[in-house]
Amino acid sequence: MKLLTVNFLTCAVKGCKGSAASFPLHFEDAELEQREIGYNPTFLSNILPRLDWDAITTTALELGFTNLPATKPDGSFETADEHKVMRDLHTLLMETEVVQGKMVCRNCGHAYQIKEGIANFLLPNHLV
Amino acid sequence: MGTTSPNQGSQEYEEQHVHNVYEQIASHFSSTRYKPWPIVQRFLQELPPGSVGLDVGCGNGKYLTVNPNVFIVASDRSVNLVKFASQHRPHASVVADNLSLPHPSSSFDFAISVAVVHHLSSHPRRVQAIAAILQTLQPSPETEQNPSNSKHVGGKALIYVWALEQKASRRGWDEGDEQDVMVPWVMKTKSTQVGNENSETFHRYYHLYRQGELEGDIVEAGGRVAESGYEKDNWWAIAVRNK
Ligand SMILES: [Zn+2]
Repeated sequence: MKLLTVNFLTCAVKGCKGSAASFPLHFEDAELEQREIGYNPTFLSNILPRLDWDAITTTALELGFTNLPATKPDGSFETADEHKVMRDLHTLLMETEVVQGKMVCRNCGHAYQIKEGIANFLLPNHLV
Repeated sequence: MGTTSPNQGSQEYEEQHVHNVYEQIASHFSSTRYKPWPIVQRFLQELPPGSVGLDVGCGNGKYLTVNPNVFIVASDRSVNLVKFASQHRPHASVVADNLSLPHPSSSFDFAISVAVVHHLSSHPRRVQAIAAILQTLQPSPETEQNPSNSKHVGGKALIYVWALEQKASRRGWDEGDEQDVMVPWVMKTKSTQVGNENSETFHRYYHLYRQGELEGDIVEAGGRVAESGYEKDNWWAIAVRNK
């Protein structure tokens, strides 16, 4: 599961939807893998306005990535510096995959398993 | 064949008559599902680049190949089908139940749910499934609290279900027929003995929608129908949020 996905996921438990603590979900025991995918700055630039930057930063720090800009880049990619920012983002959001581990909701404490790169959000009966 | 099972309308019923079947036929099913329906293809192609949306009940992810300029988080209840879906880039796929979606509310530009809602085995559960999709969409501008933000056009969802009225199809159902049916899926299975080929038949539960019923379900779920129609044995509707 690529890291970009995490920005669009939250706890599946109904009572958690309104809670700020349920977003983003937090990684535990995450095993990462880099998987190369063609650099597409236009795609990233278009997606950027839809990202919750605070949540991206939280996720990145949790997984040990410390080189993210403090504020959301504006999505330009004309200068070499701007390309560098976009390439870093590409590496982090599009190429970094969580292949194994857990995503935990800080509101209810439920942990969702990730196995072979696939996160499973099916709830046990008592949480449905 | 009608369904008279006492637990129809429950999660357990769908577990047995929908989820378990797809899990078992996943590979065979996937090999037969590659051609996108034209209405769904058009809906996805017309999205502005950079749109972010959901494919609820994505199956093998055949709609993830249509538009590489948007980002889709796809989900399905079948782990085996999600394994197929997750191969389509730049999108993402997770395992989830469509009545308990793991997505933030009021966030998405679009959603599709193709040939999914008809697998829910009671009217309240089908309405609940549509409501769960609507909840993920950005609210539409007429009801937006802050109308000064003109960039918000509101999210839209395309819902696509099997029609009761399909006299010309090989199933031949039509108006007045039983709407809750079990539909066979015949899967050829290779035996371990050389040269032996067996087939196994699985039955999936479907609720066949009659004309106007999908629109009614959308309104009941708190949505508004922006556009609707019929395409080769299926009813479809594009829904937006009312609140
Ligand atoms: Zn939770």
